[in-house]
Amino acid sequence: MHAIQLDDVVKEYQSHGEVVQAVKGVTLEIAEGEFFSLLGPSGCGKTTTMRMIAGFEEPSRGVVKLLGKDVTNVPPNKRDVNMVFQSYALFPHMNVWDNVAFGLKQRGVAQAEIRQRVTEMLEIVDLTGREKRRPREMSGGQQQRVALARALVNRPRALLLDEPLGALDLKLRQAMQIELKRIQREVGITFVYVTHDQNEALTMSDRIAVMNDGLVEQLAGPREIYERPATQFVAGFIGTSNLLAGTAAAGVLPIGGGRVLVPGQDGDVSVTVRPEKITIDTAEPNGQVSAVPGTVAEVVYLGTYNSYAVALADGAEVTVFQQNAHDSTTTAERGDSVWLSWQPQHSYVIGS
Amino acid sequence: MKRNRLGDRVLHLYTWLIIVWLSAPIAVMILFGFNDKKSKSNTSWQGFTLRWYQELFSISDLSTALINSLVIAVASTLVTAVIGTMLGLALGRFRFRGKGITNFLVFVAISTPELVMGSSLLSLFVSANMPRDSFTIIIAHVLFSLSFVTVTVRARVVTLDPSLEEAARDLGASAWGTFRQVTLPAIMPGVAAGAMLAFALSVDDYVVTSFVNGSTITFPLWIVGSVKTGIPPQVNVMGTLIFGVGVLIAVANFVAARRRRT
Repeated sequence: MHAIQLDDVVKEYQSHGEVVQAVKGVTLEIAEGEFFSLLGPSGCGKTTTMRMIAGFEEPSRGVVKLLGKDVTNVPPNKRDVNMVFQSYALFPHMNVWDNVAFGLKQRGVAQAEIRQRVTEMLEIVDLTGREKRRPREMSGGQQQRVALARALVNRPRALLLDEPLGALDLKLRQAMQIELKRIQREVGITFVYVTHDQNEALTMSDRIAVMNDGLVEQLAGPREIYERPATQFVAGFIGTSNLLAGTAAAGVLPIGGGRVLVPGQDGDVSVTVRPEKITIDTAEPNGQVSAVPGTVAEVVYLGTYNSYAVALADGAEVTVFQQNAHDSTTTAERGDSVWLSWQPQHSYVIGS
Repeated sequence: MKRNRLGDRVLHLYTWLIIVWLSAPIAVMILFGFNDKKSKSNTSWQGFTLRWYQELFSISDLSTALINSLVIAVASTLVTAVIGTMLGLALGRFRFRGKGITNFLVFVAISTPELVMGSSLLSLFVSANMPRDSFTIIIAHVLFSLSFVTVTVRARVVTLDPSLEEAARDLGASAWGTFRQVTLPAIMPGVAAGAMLAFALSVDDYVVTSFVNGSTITFPLWIVGSVKTGIPPQVNVMGTLIFGVGVLIAVANFVAARRRRT
């Protein structure tokens, strides 16, 4: 049984007399206990999709199911999912304890059980001893954990998180990513995570749906999303990616005086290759590899690696990452002529 | 340096003059509540007494007028707080047909001269054949104080994070439960401020009330009526007590606000 199922869900708005589609037909199946991310730029429909799961928005078309049950027209207070809001939305006039106990009180849970479950949950999020604090007296990271506890204490079927780490600084964000993953493992609840931050999605998710313009572009695990982007958008949005396009003949795509091996391809193709898969050398490489000549336009020292921008003869620019594994001297300097090469399996032919 | 010090002194002096100027009438009112006056008028100091505090309710017309004023103020404040909160919520939260005209009317109600409001209300009540009494006074007071509650609540509502209410719904609260447990406490400072304003406006209103009172006499009407014959010291005492309650509420509010902040 799937924790959450979306079946061709569409959301339309009226805006100045025109119909605008925020979500253009999304079909998803999220397994129980999964850490699932909706990843995309702002305006891609990821938040609207999540709000339809929570019940704050009613789909214009399509069906939302929780554990196989159709909840398309069920109001949010009758749905067995809870949400962590981007602004945390902690009740400012209540202390930490009352915030966390709020959901259980609404459900008429007995006092003794409320006490036990809230105590337990505050322990999980490491806030024991701060029960009497008001939200405004706490740091961003602490407020974040209160919001998490307030949602999780209800033991929902799924927890929806709307960019919950957006307001935190980098260090805290990274710490909270690991923390979130730990809590998810501990409580075993399905997490649906909305974010525009690819690193966050790659770090935490079991599976990621990359969304763009109201549609899911690719739905896969983090490794596959990164290594095998299905579309040009995904390749460009996740990490750094080089795009080479041209007309292939007999499995070879000629690019600026070099060749890219694209076995079995003929005609117009687009190929992506990740910067860290490319080897940079001054001599022309031998063997069954893709090899392209170019001129170094820029070298940037970035600590753990050097980043090269290499201009090809046809004007395209390719980014190459070279790890500083042995010494930190660079292979080539600005203005040098170089050869770029990579294994054939690191080129991915993508749809446009 | 020297010039600055002089400027500082002038500023200090000026500030104290303003404070004295503002509080002198109140001080005189309080002081003459203790005046052991022998003549009819209460305008010259003749010695200290607590007699007027003991005989506070000895003028039965005045006592009735004060009670009328308090009853009318409490009733009109309650009605105003409820309707004004609903109006403020609607105007601050939703978009609807007629919102512009409603906002305009709220503004008009604040800016209409009391004379105009009083006379038009009177002609309305006369043509509707309504007898003028406490009830028509309450209607009039609700009318002119409604906008103040609406405006303070609306200001509070627009700064309210809309996801607060969504969070409450998400956690299982019904629409009413959300309003009672989350929305109302969050906008309460606005409601309270507006209600206090409404109460103050009602207690001391003279102009509008004088049009629609019929034979009902309120505290301000009684005082104005007794100006010719001399205002008895009981009025000073009542004024002092009303002022004292006001100060107490203000101090309590200040203390509460400070405690919330720390």
